[in-house]
Amino acid sequence: MPTLMHHWTFAIPEIWVLVMACAVLLVDLFWGHRSPHLAPVLSVVTILGAMLLTTAQWGLSGSSFAGQLLLDPFTIVAELSVELLSLLVLLYSPRYLRERGLYRGEVFVLLLFALLGSMIMISGGNLLTLYLGLELLALSQYALVALQRDNPRAVEAALKYFILGALASGLLLYGMSLLYGLTGSLDIAQIAQGLVNVGADNFVLTMALVFVVAGIAFKLGAAPFHMWIPDAYQGAPTVMTLFMATAPKVAAFALVIRILAQGNAGAVEIWQQIFVALAIASLLIGNVVAIAQSNLKRMLAYSTVSNVGFLSLGIVAGNANGLASAFYYVLVYALMAAAGFGMILLLSREGFEAENIADFAGLAQRRPWYALLMLIIMFSMAGVPPTVGFTAKLAVFQALVQAGYVPLAVFAILMAVVGAFYYLRVVKVMYFDPVPENAPQLARDGLASAVLSVNSVALLLLGILPGALLATCFHALQGVL
Amino acid sequence: MGTQALLSQSIWVPIAFGVLVLAVGDRRTTLVKWLALLGSTVTFVITLELLAGFDTHTAAMQFVERVPWIPSLNIDYHLGVDGISLWFVLLTSFLTILVVISSWTNVHRRLAQFLGAFLIMDGLMIGVFCALDAILFYFFWEATLIPMFLIIGVWGGPRRVYATIKFFLYTFLGSVLMLVALLYLHFHSGGSFNLLTFQNTPLGLAAQTWIFLAFFLAFAVKIPMWPVHTWLPDAHVEAPTAGSVILAAVMLKMGAYGFLRLSLPITPDASHHLAWLMILLSLIAIVYIALVAIVQQDMKKLVAYSSIAHMGFVTLGFFVFDATAVEGGIIQMLSHGFISAAMFLCIGVLYDRMHTRDIHAYGGVANVMPIFASFMMLFAMGNVGLPGTSGFVGEFMVVLGTYQVNPWAAIIAATGLITGAGYTLWLFKRVMFGGVIHREVAALTDLNAQEFLVLGSLAVLTLLMGVWPAPFLDIVHTSVQHLLTQVAASKIPG
Repeated sequence: MPTLMHHWTFAIPEIWVLVMACAVLLVDLFWGHRSPHLAPVLSVVTILGAMLLTTAQWGLSGSSFAGQLLLDPFTIVAELSVELLSLLVLLYSPRYLRERGLYRGEVFVLLLFALLGSMIMISGGNLLTLYLGLELLALSQYALVALQRDNPRAVEAALKYFILGALASGLLLYGMSLLYGLTGSLDIAQIAQGLVNVGADNFVLTMALVFVVAGIAFKLGAAPFHMWIPDAYQGAPTVMTLFMATAPKVAAFALVIRILAQGNAGAVEIWQQIFVALAIASLLIGNVVAIAQSNLKRMLAYSTVSNVGFLSLGIVAGNANGLASAFYYVLVYALMAAAGFGMILLLSREGFEAENIADFAGLAQRRPWYALLMLIIMFSMAGVPPTVGFTAKLAVFQALVQAGYVPLAVFAILMAVVGAFYYLRVVKVMYFDPVPENAPQLARDGLASAVLSVNSVALLLLGILPGALLATCFHALQGVL
Repeated sequence: MGTQALLSQSIWVPIAFGVLVLAVGDRRTTLVKWLALLGSTVTFVITLELLAGFDTHTAAMQFVERVPWIPSLNIDYHLGVDGISLWFVLLTSFLTILVVISSWTNVHRRLAQFLGAFLIMDGLMIGVFCALDAILFYFFWEATLIPMFLIIGVWGGPRRVYATIKFFLYTFLGSVLMLVALLYLHFHSGGSFNLLTFQNTPLGLAAQTWIFLAFFLAFAVKIPMWPVHTWLPDAHVEAPTAGSVILAAVMLKMGAYGFLRLSLPITPDASHHLAWLMILLSLIAIVYIALVAIVQQDMKKLVAYSSIAHMGFVTLGFFVFDATAVEGGIIQMLSHGFISAAMFLCIGVLYDRMHTRDIHAYGGVANVMPIFASFMMLFAMGNVGLPGTSGFVGEFMVVLGTYQVNPWAAIIAATGLITGAGYTLWLFKRVMFGGVIHREVAALTDLNAQEFLVLGSLAVLTLLMGVWPAPFLDIVHTSVQHLLTQVAASKIPG
């Protein structure tokens, strides 16, 4: 048994974020009116500290608090990535928030709580802990979307998101209760052991997994559970969309690892089959419907659905190779989505959201550098080398072919071609269309444009030298399943 | 030689220059022009070193570089050239110089981005010809689409957007299935992505057929073969002159090269089984597409269709499995690289002056542009396949080799020589000869120094290869012999 001190060591990044989130709340309450920068600066410090503390855990592994928290390479890599993604959101957002009167302490506190929720979803080793993390993340997100009270579309988006999200939580909880009924435990490791006696052909187990997977699919945004995504993404302030599209996806993927891969390894055939259906539906709906969109945020929302379809392919493969590829895919996707929504943020001004594809017309003449960055982002999402989007697709495809799903791989790759069309349309608008006469002046935003440059160039460099990140993902999921 | 990493240099030097040219930007055009010329020349010099150090007595890969690239998936950065690929590396780097010079004065809009795209594409195309790792090959293969997409879309003609999106999606759709085939091979060869390992991997006939078809789709679209050729006339007509040159002279060769490097050695049994289909499609290209070319009113479209017909000879030569025919096919690829580039440059010369490609707008050009007319005469003769030009050597070898294996196919292919003469000479007659009817034609000026230099160097190569093809064949010979022994051996296990 580890000593008490040992338990705390395992939980230290989460505790740090919790304490600091409360501190930011109090500091903002008492001193926030003197300097609006206090809360965001403290939040950045918090996240940097959390990254440091997480890195310091490198090499440790085990479980603490009677299995409530798990620490393994996956925990560290996934937590580092959600911290990095939250940091990106903070760095992208200041000007956008200021111009909309949202540069307030609550936003940052809610972001920190959402981060905490994601971290708990990653490190949780018990169904209840995981659920707690999930709800903390979800509730913070509902509030973040609804924060722009006077914007009816944001309120509508928040309401839809809340109702459907609550439904999804209900499904997940019901599935969890069935698992508890079958095995008599909420602990991931004990569930895995208990299932050995249950046997994979048990009807209740199938039901339980259907509900659990449906709940996770909701959070990931896999079709046919994707209905909330386009409305929520389009209606939410872009900063919130940027957050929703990145860190929570990694956290939702962590649920796949914890509940399915670790908790239900014995029933892999069951959830594999469900993910085949999810992948096919997501690829089809995501790619085909995205073609019809003229709103970039909505298009990127459908592109999320299709990307979730691609990452589901790695889960379909159902082995360590497949899960590592899917993990790599979700990290790459989050980076690409951050850059994509970051570009919308950067081009938006006070009272104007650059969310229509037509707003990008002639960008290559107005701002060649921004256009080049967007070009990289779009080709990366389309999966064309030499960008990282290609290596991500390569990783899941090789896992899929290895597992013997060649026809599914052929279908998915044809869907990637369909997807290429709507990404190309954005490039076409930027490079081939003339500058409109009333083209709006772009606001100066040094911070966001610097971050976007780093983010987009990273997509290119990680595509040319993908070895290290991919090796990290394989290392993180070594021995799972 | 390995320590010098010549192949890496020839890939990354032009890309580095391309990025540099992009960074300098449009404001300093003179600097940009000289940088681009320097970059392309340095690359050509590096590839000449390859030629100087090449050993013609071995079919093994030379100048090999191999370092792990993505260790988790066992993917290597693995480069090498043999007699089949060496000429295409040189062709690419040489034509890039010509393209840079010819764009020197003719491109007025966003010149830095234009030249940067060509330099980057130079490196990527050389990468295609050098890659020995399946994923690295695919990486370069697909990456070339991005600069070409922009070149056609930004600097193209009125229907450029339609043409370039069609080009991209058509070729992208063709290529993606190749990736699945490569992944399948990966797991059947024991976890390697080495193309040379793939060549020794035993495969059943059904698997070979599927893989062959996946490769076929990728390469046939690129070459392009009938009936998946429809993107090419659109792309050529809308592309700027330099884009057409690279597209016709190098990018089409990537498809034919793919057949040599992947299809034939990896799936030899399927290649034999489906040779009838390949021969049939090649003959359709030679006969039917040549007839289509005759009726074209747009000069560029005519040359584009003639490219498809000429590439028909190449694929015909490959799939009769005869040494003369295969070598003829490779010579035809090179020769077409010179001649089609020259034809598109000639049309570009006229288009820059007249801003039309309609044949009826011309007539009697030879009266006002005598130097240009003699150059174009030479290239037209090359396009026809007149003895003494490079076009004759390739087509004659293909027909000769084919005759020994399949006389009827050779006879049908030979009719292509006649129709080829028909459309080329008729085009030449209508544009060059006769009285000067249009006032614009009367005001034409003859070639300037850059145009003379570019067309002159291509003319020298066309003639050189026509009268003395031996040095070209020497390089190719050993590798082709090796390839044919590979194709002759069955890979079906048991």
